[in-house]
Amino acid sequence: MRRSVLGRTVLGRWARVGGLVATVALAAGCSLVGGGDSGQGGERKVVLVTHNSFNPPKELLEDFQKRTGVKLEVRASGDGGALTNQLVLTKANPLGDVAFGVDSTFASRALEEGVFQPYRGPEADKGPQRYAPQGNQDRLTAVDVGDVCLNVDTGWFQQRGVAEPRTLDDLTQPQYKDLLVAEDPATSSPGLAFLLATVAKYGENGYADYWKRLRDNGLKVTSGWEEAYNQDFTAGSGKGQRPVVVSYASSPAFTIGDDGKPRTKALLDTCYRQVEYAGVLAGAKNVDDARKVVDFLVSPEFQAKVAESMYVYPAREGVALPASWQQAAPLPERSAELPADEVRAGRERWVEQWRKTVRG
Amino acid sequence: MALQVDGVTVRYGDLTAVSGVDLSVADGEVLALLGPSGCGKSTLLRAVAGLERPTAGAVRWDGRDLADVPVHRREFGLVFQDGQLFPHRDVAGNVAFGLRMRGTAKGEQAARVAELLDLVGLGGYQRRRVTELSGGEQQRVALARALAPHPRLLLLDEPLSALDRALRDQLAVDLADLLRRTATTALLVTHDHDEAFTLADRVAVMSAGRLLQVGRPAEVWRRPASEEVARFLGCTSVVPGRVEDGVVSCALGGAPVDGDVPAGPVRVGLRATALRVAAEQEAGAITAEVVQRVHRREHARLLVRVPEVGTVEATAPVATAPEPGASVRLALDPDGLALLPV
Amino acid sequence: MAQDGARLRRPRVRPATLALAGAAAVPLGFLAVFFAWPVAAIVGIGLRSTGRGPGVLDLLTSAETWSLVGFTLGQAAAATVLALLAGMPVAFLLARCAVPLRGLARVLVTMPFVLPTVVVGMAFRTLFVGSGDGSVLAIVLANGFFNVAVVARTVGGLWAHTDRRAEDAARALGASRWRAFTSVVLPSLAPAIASAAAVVFLFCATSFGVVLVLGAARYRTLETEIYLRTVQLLDLRGAAALSLVQLVAVVAALVLGARARRRHETALRLRRATETARRPRGGEWAVVAVAVCVIALLMVPIVGLVVRSLSTVDGWGLAGYRALLGSGQHDTLGGVSGVDAAVNSLRTAFDATLLAMALGVLASVVLSRLPRRNPRVAGAMDAALMLPLGVSAVTVGFGYLVTMDALPGDFRTSPLLVPFAQALVATPLVVRTVLPVLRAVDDRLRQAAATLGAGPLRVWREVDLPLVGRALLAAAGFAYVVALGEFGATSFLARPDAPTLPVAIARLISRPGELNNQMAYAACALLLVVTATVVLLVERARVAEVGEF
Repeated sequence: MRRSVLGRTVLGRWARVGGLVATVALAAGCSLVGGGDSGQGGERKVVLVTHNSFNPPKELLEDFQKRTGVKLEVRASGDGGALTNQLVLTKANPLGDVAFGVDSTFASRALEEGVFQPYRGPEADKGPQRYAPQGNQDRLTAVDVGDVCLNVDTGWFQQRGVAEPRTLDDLTQPQYKDLLVAEDPATSSPGLAFLLATVAKYGENGYADYWKRLRDNGLKVTSGWEEAYNQDFTAGSGKGQRPVVVSYASSPAFTIGDDGKPRTKALLDTCYRQVEYAGVLAGAKNVDDARKVVDFLVSPEFQAKVAESMYVYPAREGVALPASWQQAAPLPERSAELPADEVRAGRERWVEQWRKTVRG
Repeated sequence: MALQVDGVTVRYGDLTAVSGVDLSVADGEVLALLGPSGCGKSTLLRAVAGLERPTAGAVRWDGRDLADVPVHRREFGLVFQDGQLFPHRDVAGNVAFGLRMRGTAKGEQAARVAELLDLVGLGGYQRRRVTELSGGEQQRVALARALAPHPRLLLLDEPLSALDRALRDQLAVDLADLLRRTATTALLVTHDHDEAFTLADRVAVMSAGRLLQVGRPAEVWRRPASEEVARFLGCTSVVPGRVEDGVVSCALGGAPVDGDVPAGPVRVGLRATALRVAAEQEAGAITAEVVQRVHRREHARLLVRVPEVGTVEATAPVATAPEPGASVRLALDPDGLALLPV
Repeated sequence: MAQDGARLRRPRVRPATLALAGAAAVPLGFLAVFFAWPVAAIVGIGLRSTGRGPGVLDLLTSAETWSLVGFTLGQAAAATVLALLAGMPVAFLLARCAVPLRGLARVLVTMPFVLPTVVVGMAFRTLFVGSGDGSVLAIVLANGFFNVAVVARTVGGLWAHTDRRAEDAARALGASRWRAFTSVVLPSLAPAIASAAAVVFLFCATSFGVVLVLGAARYRTLETEIYLRTVQLLDLRGAAALSLVQLVAVVAALVLGARARRRHETALRLRRATETARRPRGGEWAVVAVAVCVIALLMVPIVGLVVRSLSTVDGWGLAGYRALLGSGQHDTLGGVSGVDAAVNSLRTAFDATLLAMALGVLASVVLSRLPRRNPRVAGAMDAALMLPLGVSAVTVGFGYLVTMDALPGDFRTSPLLVPFAQALVATPLVVRTVLPVLRAVDDRLRQAAATLGAGPLRVWREVDLPLVGRALLAAAGFAYVVALGEFGATSFLARPDAPTLPVAIARLISRPGELNNQMAYAACALLLVVTATVVLLVERARVAEVGEF
């Protein structure tokens, strides 16, 4: 009964608690690592940093690996804006070798910060570079273009015998009162593109007045595309009240009904073009293979898939669109565009002005 | 010498709860720490248990310093005022707890639990929920729980004070009996001298963190070391007196003293029962005026004014208690007296 | 011997103190590495940067910033009050009433908590905003909707264990039922209520999706503005300045909450949950009725979601549910099926829960032992553990980018970051659920066990664990649910080939295509089913594992 009081110390007991905790922490790790794809050593690997809309068919990536012997690892998070900021923040020790997804709205920031190193591949001249940023064609290679346009519910207008609007100006007319829903340019990427479209059309001095007229004509604003398209748009899944919405040129391709006809259409004179670029990161560990990835992204095989997997148009010339796109969502030909550095300089001011005008 | 407390001081910041206390408890002895609430007696008990760390001094067991022995290895049992039974275990689960901690075999545990429950008068209570027990039953279970693993020392922190009077008296007697029968070494903290004298072999009186007197109950009761002790032990007045030939005399009269008291000046502490109405023609009685009369269960309590002494208490038989304003003859009762050094 | 006794012994560092420090080091270390460091780094970079955009001082002194602060705190306070008012009757129902279907009620109440904010925002948008745009009322209601579960669970956890007799005694002394509630019950529940309020307030103050969707560009909070500046405007300096403001506001709220809490935390006589529940009597039925109404109201958006998941262009159908087996129209989820996403969610949340429990329980034990001697240290540690709830997920996410590469193996891209970030959010909830109960355990019970020969660990196992067992399980269930629903950090950190359900749902609704939409709603329903299953399992485990209590 009189056991030694000096046996195990209190500390010893607590050390075992520590052990327990460590075991639990380890178990937490194990359960994950078991599911993750741990990189096998010795294999050549190139890392592509991108946004979370990058979503090509798996077979394409496997083909790349088969052809080049290099494993392509994709690291994606956030949207285009978040991606650019990530690249800027990590330029000293980049997350990967090559980046895709910086768009024309954000490109000048990335270029200014020296995120990309020069590379202009042999494929770049097959069309992509017509979209490349001026003066930086040897750093960024255009991969795709996405147009933001007004979409209309064609059935709605037909039923009421009202002519569909065609231009931005039309929307300020009384017969289109209370019909438009648009997104906040501060929180939504298509919202911003649409604001830029109005700046491009009416100029720095005129766009605010245009928005005032839109506001007086019953404009509705949402924070995101989801609410505008899914809830407020008459042809969206929520069967809302408004037959005109700011969305993408490609959206009508997704509204083709059982009768084979699209229920919506994009107004091709209201579009704004955003270009998405790829480039080799400064500080890339594997520059050679990074260049192969850029070439791969503008290769005919990859370009043929961008429409269906990312809802954008290929930058390369002569790449066929899917049939549904050819029917319902052709590439707009008269899209507005603003130079990247102009966007960078004016953007915050325009958004602020927009807030004052629309919200004020 | 089982427990020895050497110059133990416990301080919380600026407050000194226990100040340089020396104390010892012999094997099989029951020592009561007696004192008013807030005197530091519970803190001292907790220091012995290992629940407080002395700022200075040492607690020893069989001569060995316990500073580095944590609570759970001291093998001291502890009973709190309000039991602190484990609400999630039944009676048997509570009593067997210490046995389980020591790895006692299951069968042995059950036997010991039964034995202890019999001992505390709760035989057959094994499967009862502790939350359904009365206060007295809870304390009995707490006692059984503390005793079950054969503690080297039993620490009792006001074990009876949460109970009502009648139950307390009964349990005090039971507890005293139980401690003697099991020859348990115990340190008891209480503010109730009845409880202390019922249970303890020796009593240590504490006040303001210091030990004032340690001794056998009768000795402390009859010969308090100071006026402070005397007053705590129920003396309401202290008057000068003198011992001569085994008789103490003071302004209120004289009475025989027991034991060996040297002749000379003393102070006499008077408890409520020190003066009683004198029998007819009783020698040495004094005369006083009744100021107030209160009836108690067994006697009437009087407040009387004695010339040249002042107002003191006295007792009278219920049937013949004099009215206030009446004149009364009073004599000293040796049982109500305490002798203090000058 | 005499010399030994006379020696003045300075209070040395005791083994117990060392052990306590060691136990505190684990959660605090985790917090330092996976929260404080990244946040400090990104804020530091922001403050040092010299980009365009307003200067730090300009931002801090602008009226606009302060109206942001006012709106952020105001809507959070309103939503907190709402969640408390709605949550208390539910807590009463869950903790005190022996009525049929109580288990079901517990499951239902938890459901809103896991839903992706964007989806709930959209549901409330149809319900409350209609054709208008931006509604403060809808923001407050939606934030309240999410957090009723926090109140019901945190308060209910303690309530289930508080002794009924004190309140019966008050009633016997002539107090009305209401009087007994306000004078006896409420004070004893105060720590849990203050805990719940602090958590809810933080959740609401940093709520993102709800404010974005329901504020419709008109109403903004610090959180949405930080996101905007970080991600859209690339204005790290502005974001850093606002992050500091957010941090200060959050810390101030925490300090106030902790002060209120400390005044009330006392030892209670804890009882078995089964002993404290009984059939409601008299006026209690009214409270039960209110609770049932609250739960019914919570179900409105949920039923809406389920209805939505079942309605197709051609009437009712299961197309959305069938789609869960695939990866969406035009492979929106990139080869990951809805079921895969659900499995990912379950695994990640499991890891996060283990981690959060380990961290949260250690922290709770330390906090429950500290305060008597060190109220300041305990207060600081408590607040530190809560901070991750009050800081923008995007700030933490970007902070990881600039710090985690210093950890071995370039941790920035580690799949472990997802459960780590989720644990960061779940740990405070574990602490808030466990700590009030742990503090309510009378320390003398532990001392009694110690004198009977139980060492510190054994005391924990024999006394604390059974007494707080219920709260621990509730905490684990809650942590799991929080991890399942976590969106902000997860969406930033989850790899595209391993999205969780909320991330997959957000991705689905951000793409055109009717099927994607239906699939998103079906995925919400799946998330609800998963949540319900987890909560039910925890309910069962309570009986099986903790046995007596």
